[in-house]
Amino acid sequence: MANTAKTLFDKVWDSHVVERLDDGTCVLYIDRHLVHEVTSPQAFEGLRLAGRAVRRPDATIAVVDHNIQTSDRSQGIAEPESRIQVETLEANVAEFGVPYFPVRDARQGIVHIIGPEQGISLPGMTIVCGDSHTSTHGAMGALAFGIGTSEVEHVLATQTLLQKPAKNMLVQVDGELPLGCTAKDIVLAIIGEIGTAGGTGHVIEYAGEAIRELDMAGRMTICNMSIEAGARAGMIAPDDTTFAYIQGRPYAPKGEAFDRAVEYWRTLPSDPGAQYDRVVTLHASEIAPMVTWGTSPETVLPITGAVPDPASVADEAARVQMQRMLDYMALTPGQELASIPVDVVFIGSCTNGRIEDIRAAAQVARGKHVAPGVRAMVVPGSGLVKQQAEAEGLDRVMLDAGFEWREAGCSMCLGMNPDKLKPGQRCASTSNRNFEGRQGPGGRTHLLSPAMAAAAAVTGRLTDVREMA
Amino acid sequence: MQPFTVLTGIAAPLPLANVDTDKIIPARFLKTIKRTGLGVHLFDTLRFDGNGAERPDFVLNTEPYRHAEVLIAHENFGCGSSREHAPWALLDFGIRCVIAPSFADIFHTNCFKNGILPIALPREVCDQLMEDARMGGNARLTIDLSRQVVVRPNGEEIPFAVDALRRQMLLNGLDEIGQTMQRGPAIDAYETRLRQQAPWMPGINAT
Repeated sequence: MANTAKTLFDKVWDSHVVERLDDGTCVLYIDRHLVHEVTSPQAFEGLRLAGRAVRRPDATIAVVDHNIQTSDRSQGIAEPESRIQVETLEANVAEFGVPYFPVRDARQGIVHIIGPEQGISLPGMTIVCGDSHTSTHGAMGALAFGIGTSEVEHVLATQTLLQKPAKNMLVQVDGELPLGCTAKDIVLAIIGEIGTAGGTGHVIEYAGEAIRELDMAGRMTICNMSIEAGARAGMIAPDDTTFAYIQGRPYAPKGEAFDRAVEYWRTLPSDPGAQYDRVVTLHASEIAPMVTWGTSPETVLPITGAVPDPASVADEAARVQMQRMLDYMALTPGQELASIPVDVVFIGSCTNGRIEDIRAAAQVARGKHVAPGVRAMVVPGSGLVKQQAEAEGLDRVMLDAGFEWREAGCSMCLGMNPDKLKPGQRCASTSNRNFEGRQGPGGRTHLLSPAMAAAAAVTGRLTDVREMA
Repeated sequence: MQPFTVLTGIAAPLPLANVDTDKIIPARFLKTIKRTGLGVHLFDTLRFDGNGAERPDFVLNTEPYRHAEVLIAHENFGCGSSREHAPWALLDFGIRCVIAPSFADIFHTNCFKNGILPIALPREVCDQLMEDARMGGNARLTIDLSRQVVVRPNGEEIPFAVDALRRQMLLNGLDEIGQTMQRGPAIDAYETRLRQQAPWMPGINAT
């Protein structure tokens, strides 16, 4: 008998197929479309030129996040090109009737923070955005993935995409996570294990005790970086933790509708015996606080490690590339990771800009002070995260410790706004990419968890957070 | 979209793996609201020094590769962000075809939407083509999409695979949105079913 057991991905995919074409391409229905200022102007322009409308404004939400400044914004956006892009989005949402959280709305924030926060992103949905970190929303048990601007236009016009199904990959993280380790360390360990192209063509389902035990913020951190493993999306089966998180959020179903939704959501987890094209197993007990040393997220090691030696690499192209990374990062083989001094510390981004992340950083920074010569900044992921942190007094903790406390946005994760590294500056960053120049031309990025970032700020070097009293 | 049928042109060798979209076009150049004009910023940090002067050792700053229409690279080309500015910058520079052992998914899709053909071939074949490319202007590659072959300067033909629907769209330069809109009744029917089966799924109203 054929195996009819389905994975979480299979179930969400199958329930969204509008039509299956001859070559296996599917017309896939999209439940939620998140829009921001950087990847949408050309899409709206395309609609305008073709005389097309937005098919479902009520399934679309727009927000500005990528290039707004995170300093005072009461006088508007200072940088002219950024201002034009924001004004273009505002004109487009007005013309096409798309719901929008403007800059001065407390609900404004990074698109991947506000989707779950508002209850816009729900289990079993298909969710897209012109942004690769859309994979974040997979933590809800949704199929969420990044698309290009042509596809943004396609979704705006038709509420569908032409897609072929991905392969299924299971990443199982068994056991209990050691003290001092976080979701960020898990996902960095996974990327180190499978590589930046390890998930290409696949949707990764994260499972196992260590994943189940994570709160929603941690699950979002994991799914967020699926793209750094090359995967089309990451997903985690919805459970009571998910439902408790959703209940009461502004756009989540209420009352009887919520109960009906939960009833459906409980059918989503993968069936016993469901087949995966690839299975990878990690043991949480073997995970340590992680930090990247190179210019690709897969170049990651435990903080207790040392900078690797290109001489030990057999393949010539790989050796040349490693040497290039070390030159760019100004590191020498054998150098202990925990000895590397930092100039800047960035806590924020769609990976680690949630209230739980700020709490973790504050726990390390409380009563301590940022090391001399280090610039440390906290950029909450949304206006509501900022409000919540302030209600808990975390802004005071961070300010007293010498951190900057800023307005919500993408900020130094990609350096599209004024928050950039200067050439040669080294940054301990809770963001997701350590590519050359990602945080500013010539800037050097070490990816790590919020607690590790706070520890680096206090000591002025990459530091094992487990050694912080 | 400009159709892609047969292309004969200079191929530039770029023997790097994991060429990310930040490398293809850094984020600071994404502030445009247009699709065109990004070619001058293609591979900005590889191409130009801090003062905006050309780095003489970068392949696209040398003859004949300033006129390259094909790019040969290593594994996982186009990884990172979903920015379609990456293919827009390649196209604006004049690149219509990228050949590599593997591509990141979103970049791969974005290429097809812009008349650029990404071709995945085994590493050893890419290495041969890289050697061809190093021969410069006398060693043009021909990419024939209708026959699905790359023709090397020595006449050898290398077959490649391409998704049937995407091939058709490229060959004819079709407007994908227009095609999908013809499926309007099927989408209407799906939405009717959705309202019945998931009435709990609320709409968004930002006020």
